[in-house]
Amino acid sequence: MAAVENNEIRYLNPPTVDVRKKKYCRFKKAGIKYVDYKDPEFLKKFLNEQGKILPRRITGTSLKFQRKVAQAIKRARSLALLPYVTDLLK
Amino acid sequence: MIKQYETVFIATPVLSDTQMKEAVAKYTDLIKANGGEIVYEEDWGLKQLAYPIQHKTSGFYYLIQFKADPQFVNVLETQYHRDERIIRFLTVALDKNSIAYAEHRRQKGASKPAAAAEQAPVEPEAETETNEEE
Repeated sequence: MAAVENNEIRYLNPPTVDVRKKKYCRFKKAGIKYVDYKDPEFLKKFLNEQGKILPRRITGTSLKFQRKVAQAIKRARSLALLPYVTDLLK
Repeated sequence: MIKQYETVFIATPVLSDTQMKEAVAKYTDLIKANGGEIVYEEDWGLKQLAYPIQHKTSGFYYLIQFKADPQFVNVLETQYHRDERIIRFLTVALDKNSIAYAEHRRQKGASKPAAAAEQAPVEPEAETETNEEE
């Protein structure tokens, strides 16, 4: 009650001020221009455990390269380098 | 008009070495016969498939990069379709970035002993682009 009267808000726990690490596009940073479908080990970085493509909000990839990654993954899948569906990939 | 292409095909694992060479020769000859030019070939050897295709769990992978007329791709793919030895194939046109990448990859492959690349096709695959990610 005292807190409200004083017009200030008190927290039981001090609000956490976490500095989030800024995401970045690894292709732009490394200057990679072409995403290779022949390298499944590299493409696995963009898949979850079920073999689904991870969204940009998680990987931080720019839109331009997300499209290329998706294309490469789909090509790798059709060549049986990557599975379409699976469990416990990685 | 000439464009650069890259084709990967998977042959059935039941083929013997000579039969596989024969199959490869058929397609390289086909490319040459139609006025194409082979830039690079790579044998990935017998690899496990990520999922079964036609009840097979492994296959011989073979990569050919070539320059040819765009119309020729149809001819090549018809041949693939008709060939019972081929269980899967993919042909991709290369643009300037992918050509640069392909050359880079080739040079990396060439720096390694050629015999090792043939003997153990899986390891060089994994190694070729590990530096690229950083």
